[in-house]
Amino acid sequence: MNAAIRVRQVAKRYGKVQALAGVDLDVTSGEFFGLLGPNGAGKTTLISALAGLVRPDQGTLEVMGYDVIRQYRDARRNLGVVPQELVFDPFFTVRETLRLQSGYFGIRHNDDWIDEILAHLDLTPKADANMRALSGGMKRRVLVAQALVHRPPVIVLDEPTAGVDVELRQGLWQFVRRLNQAGHTIVLTTHYLEEAETLCGRIAMMKAGRVVALDTTANLLRLHSQHSLKIRLANAGALPERLAERAKSIAPGQFVLPLESYDEMGGIFAALQAAGLSIDDFDLAKPDLEDVFVAVMAGA
Amino acid sequence: MHGFRTLLYKEVLRFWKVGFQTVAAPVLTALLYLLVFSHTLERQVRVYENLSYTSFLVPGLIMMSVLQNAFANSSSSLIQSKVTGNIIFVLLPPLSYREFFSAYVLAAVLRGAVVGFGVWLGTCWMVDLQYAAPWWIVVFTLLGGGILGALGVIAGIWADKFDQLAAFQNFIIMPLTFLSGVFFSIHSLPAFWHGLSRVNPVFYMIDGFRYGFFGRSDVSPWISFAVTACFFLLLAAATLRMLARGYKLRG
Ligand SMILES: Nc1ncnc2c1ncn2[C@@H]1O[C@H](COP(=O)(O)OP(=O)(O)O)[C@@H](O)[C@H]1O
Ligand SMILES: [Mg+2]
Repeated sequence: MNAAIRVRQVAKRYGKVQALAGVDLDVTSGEFFGLLGPNGAGKTTLISALAGLVRPDQGTLEVMGYDVIRQYRDARRNLGVVPQELVFDPFFTVRETLRLQSGYFGIRHNDDWIDEILAHLDLTPKADANMRALSGGMKRRVLVAQALVHRPPVIVLDEPTAGVDVELRQGLWQFVRRLNQAGHTIVLTTHYLEEAETLCGRIAMMKAGRVVALDTTANLLRLHSQHSLKIRLANAGALPERLAERAKSIAPGQFVLPLESYDEMGGIFAALQAAGLSIDDFDLAKPDLEDVFVAVMAGA
Repeated sequence: MHGFRTLLYKEVLRFWKVGFQTVAAPVLTALLYLLVFSHTLERQVRVYENLSYTSFLVPGLIMMSVLQNAFANSSSSLIQSKVTGNIIFVLLPPLSYREFFSAYVLAAVLRGAVVGFGVWLGTCWMVDLQYAAPWWIVVFTLLGGGILGALGVIAGIWADKFDQLAAFQNFIIMPLTFLSGVFFSIHSLPAFWHGLSRVNPVFYMIDGFRYGFFGRSDVSPWISFAVTACFFLLLAAATLRMLARGYKLRG
């Protein structure tokens, strides 16, 4: 498979802050890729370098095989970026904004495609509204639309759902998923880890300008997180010794038992019954990206 | 090419949509200058034989409007885009820095020319104007607008805040335009200021522009042309270099 994005040894310093400290990254064509990390990790700086908005101090970046500096025209034609900041030009309407953006990319008569994007993003009724008159969520969707006018094979979304309500988020993800199914490479940064978990096939985690974890979502979950069984015993009871050894007590009478597989559950319940303990409540916890994130950030 | 045309179109649309502020207002300002200065000075000042002060003043005012508005157009557009962040809309597409430069400067020239035309329209019916060498009028409009448009690009990119841009305007652009012979022939200035005017490129723009109307000027229009054209080329080279390096735009 060919690389949609290729990042080699990219470093960028702002005064005393090393925003990027030698980043290597490959995203394969057609992937749905997640870029996670706490605030200040360098995600936006990396995306800006990819988009040619920031010149790295060292290293190279390519989009669909085109160097973002030497072959900037081809690189930019292949890249659509939804910026993190909610920016807009108050002089224009939604449609004017999208027509202008098409024009900058050298595309004339783009109205059919513009109408299609507007429809997918539920913006059709606002097509002729001035940008100023839109809510934050709508402005965000116009930014998405702007990133798509030139049908870029690689689409990068920098926290596109920050401040967007749940319903809109669902709609947006549906649309982005469709784009991915149609062959677009998607790179996504988000603070909503559950979104990343369900959407992304592969994930890179960044911290202090470095990639500190990079694997498929499934592998990350397997490595850093487990299924577990949470039990609350009646009358703040204590676990039989054999179970207590492997359990973590989180409150009087409440325990978390890590599971290698669901098959162990029968044995656990049998042991409790044999000890004459009765269960008030129990809960099955699946591995989740939050655990992985916490573990990776603590270890890195 | 279409990318460049779109950016030019956007820049023109931007001032045209608010034409009341960007065209009508400066035309009115120029007419007020004319009213006040010609009323107070018509009798006392005579710059050239057989030419009323008011007639002398009009081309200077037109040119001053061209210059100030060309500067205002590129500088305010850029700083607004930077401050609001929507500058990225033109930084993400595959536009070259030459296209970027040309679009902003051409739009600035156009805004200057439209305002200049407005001032001419507002004055030509009440002032006796001649058109001795109309091509010089066109040439100096383009060069003057181009120079101030390029200066506006530099100022708009350099300034981080609106007050820095205002400082650039008040401490560089305004003195240059006022000490350039808009209101007087520089021969009437004291020797020091006269000397200073001679190194002011705006003096040559206005003097050459005025030659286009009356066929008379302080220096030969060819000299003015040479000075202005060289200045434009130097400034364009400097601006292009700044853009090529991504100064302040691509950090
Ligand atoms: N233009 C800039 N000037 C100075 N420091 C910056 C600039 N952009 C980013 N930084 C710093 O670089 C680091 C990485 O920022 P950023 O890439 O925005 O992180 P993220 O997107 O992961 O939250 C932060 O410490 C931030 O303060
Ligand atoms: Mg960020």
